[in-house]
Amino acid sequence: MEQIPRNSGFALPSAYLSSTTSSFADFLRAEAPDLLPSKRSAGMATSGTDLDAPHGTTIVAATFNGGVLIAGDRRATSGNLIATRDMDKVYVTDAYSAVGIAGTAGIALELVRLYTVELAHYEKIEGVSLSLDGKSNKLATMVRGNLDAAMAGLAVVPLFVGYDIEASDPKRAGRIVSFDVTGGRYEENAGFHSIGSGSVFAKSAMKKLYDPDADQDGAVRAAIESLYDAADDDTATGGPDVARKIYPSVVTVTAEHGAVQLPTEETSAIAEAVVADRAAQQDWRG
Amino acid sequence: MSMPLYASPEQLMRERSELARKGIARGRSVVVLKYRGGILFVAENPSPTLHKVSEIYDRIGFAAVGRYSEFESLRRGGIRHVDLQGYQYDRRDVSARALANVYAQTLSTIFTEQLKPYEVEICVAQVGASADEDELYRLTYDGSIVDEPQFVVMGGQTDAINTKLKDTFSDGMEMADAVRIAAESFRPSKSGSGTNGSSASGSGASASASSASSASTSDSEPSKLEVAVLERERPGRKFRRITGAALDALLPARTEAADSSDSGSEDGDSEGDGKASS
Repeated sequence: MEQIPRNSGFALPSAYLSSTTSSFADFLRAEAPDLLPSKRSAGMATSGTDLDAPHGTTIVAATFNGGVLIAGDRRATSGNLIATRDMDKVYVTDAYSAVGIAGTAGIALELVRLYTVELAHYEKIEGVSLSLDGKSNKLATMVRGNLDAAMAGLAVVPLFVGYDIEASDPKRAGRIVSFDVTGGRYEENAGFHSIGSGSVFAKSAMKKLYDPDADQDGAVRAAIESLYDAADDDTATGGPDVARKIYPSVVTVTAEHGAVQLPTEETSAIAEAVVADRAAQQDWRG
Repeated sequence: MSMPLYASPEQLMRERSELARKGIARGRSVVVLKYRGGILFVAENPSPTLHKVSEIYDRIGFAAVGRYSEFESLRRGGIRHVDLQGYQYDRRDVSARALANVYAQTLSTIFTEQLKPYEVEICVAQVGASADEDELYRLTYDGSIVDEPQFVVMGGQTDAINTKLKDTFSDGMEMADAVRIAAESFRPSKSGSGTNGSSASGSGASASASSASSASTSDSEPSKLEVAVLERERPGRKFRRITGAALDALLPARTEAADSSDSGSEDGDSEGDGKASS
């Protein structure tokens, strides 16, 4: 596919100058299909099953009063081994949205990267950003594009959170959308959700801890606590690693600050408090 | 399009240049200048939605004058090109210099190979880590590329604006000062030459129209300016539009009646703009 000029000093082909699409993914499909994650993985569909590619694990999302957050542990596993201890699995994708990923790490990372470029690309070309539903629909299409690879065992499932700046009630404007491998898109109206191998435990913990009227700090605490519970029972989920200073990563999306990654100082303080509380409970039980 | 049976290449090029130059001169002007905190774009633009200034990439901005549909397609092409580069390699590998080269090639190909050249002039700007690393490139309809050290003026009355900016521009200005001198440079202040009457009779249609509807323009002038900056200190995407109250606060208050009566007319200019962009 080297007919595409990829250096400077050439004239833009006429396809670049046309106004047929505002989508970067569509543009890639037409002009550089080899760069699309789905196109490349289709070729290895048969050999995918015996490939022990690293897997990302648990992601938790929860809404709170005036926003939404998404948090993830830091571990990627390859079979029974730990592939990475400090992988980031939640990403800020634009000013008011963030995505967490579970599943085959390599494809998931590429998907998020493409998705981030896609959102910014649309915003630059059109001068306005996509609506929240437009953003989650776009992500659903991209997950569906990966279906071939998913059938071969290289599934990727993202979890999308966003703040709807057009919502009538700003307190309840934080939204969570989950997906399945076929591109199904599900709005999570319960106010919390979890995906990945430890999601069963994280979701159970969340069910007890979740408070829709909590402030941001309360919600972050609940999310980190539920990740701790997931790590407690699921070997593929990493707990807070005090020795290496590896703590869950958290992104909050609010009206005033937009989507921001919480600094490590903040997450480490909360994670250490959770660990200390659990230790105190242990002492009390004897 | 009827072509003569034979025209010398020289004549063809000359006619194309003339066509492009006339098209560009009909429109309003855009000023792009460096200031201490980055790069400032100020455009005379009656439309709040059809932008002349826009974001290309994290550190790169774009400003254009001339026919809207033509520079819009260049803008799209540029965004696609840099997004593809940044996606393939890394966001840091995208540079204004490379983009300006691509634009130069594109414009020169269009100029020589197509029946009608693009009636546009564009500026590609990039904010660097320090003021020394800021870059401004001016590209003309025939694909010529110039690296400007201080500011770029494009569009209609470039000579007058250039002269004014040469006097008022200095390195390392604050943003408010930069906006002020840019806004002031747009005002056809024939006040230097004395009376309004002379300017009206002197320089043809646009000037006479301007004195005719002067009262209304003095109030509406701030909303006609499109202002944006590439801010060095801003994390991630450096491009920011300045609109509404934030823009009003930056613009100099119009106190002198003589000054305001000189400012450009809406009727006369927008007609010219309409021709250029239809």
